[in-house]
Amino acid sequence: MNKIRALIVDDSSVMRKIVERSLRQAGIDLEQVIEAGNGAEALGALQGGTVDLILCDINMPVMDGLEFVRQLGTVDAAKGIPVVMITTEGSESHVVQALSCGARGYIRKPFTPEQVKEHVIPVLKEKL
Amino acid sequence: MNPEQGVVDLIEQGRNWLPILELAAKEVFEIMLACVLETADIDQTKPPAEFTAMVGFAGQLSGVLTLQCSTPSAALMASKMLGVTPDQADSQMWDAIGEICNMIAGNFKNKLTGPASRCMLSPPTVITGGDYRFHPLSDGETFEVLLMFEGAPLLIGLELHR
Repeated sequence: MNKIRALIVDDSSVMRKIVERSLRQAGIDLEQVIEAGNGAEALGALQGGTVDLILCDINMPVMDGLEFVRQLGTVDAAKGIPVVMITTEGSESHVVQALSCGARGYIRKPFTPEQVKEHVIPVLKEKL
Repeated sequence: MNPEQGVVDLIEQGRNWLPILELAAKEVFEIMLACVLETADIDQTKPPAEFTAMVGFAGQLSGVLTLQCSTPSAALMASKMLGVTPDQADSQMWDAIGEICNMIAGNFKNKLTGPASRCMLSPPTVITGGDYRFHPLSDGETFEVLLMFEGAPLLIGLELHR
């Protein structure tokens, strides 16, 4: 698989680092990792260039993950970028909501690198 | 069943939820910190309240989940999460403790069934220093689980509001 650029969106800097480490442990070759602390920051970061994959929390200040995914769908340059939610919100209604907003995958915290691999590799293979 | 009775029933269930809360915490530590929490007797020495993380529940389940530990334990948790030494994790303790509390709350909520599982989680808040009193404005009850993390006590509290 090619090297990929990933955008990791989470209000916890510790969690952003853990997600990045899990991607590497899952065997994903990262060319670049961009971090954002909420959905609004993530939309801003995407104005500077596109990415191959977005991993996004749901509960965040300023703009939550569901609103971010909704708004992402209206940005032409972001069309086709797969979004995988990584969140503590594990209820079925949240999963359905996230998928109907455009997310391609859903990982519940706490998570293992194997779970990241299981959910991320298929969506990356479809995109690349 | 009137609405008040429903909430009272949730508080009655609180005692039965302690094993679920304990399991939720143990899973978070095993998966994210690669360490095993040992069950301790609640009458054993509780940790100094040097770090207290809180996550609120709102909705059918209303209350607060707290995680209380000492500063060295907070540093060790952050270091294990990040894979660095406790010294290197010093500036990340608040973030790490808050996120651990958040994951325990979410994991606990996801294990509940029925109306109690339909609630929202607040973003975590972390308090440092033990010189504070907790004054909930709602009547309720607190349930506690004491666990040992690397030989030091961790106190997990579940305060349920009526």
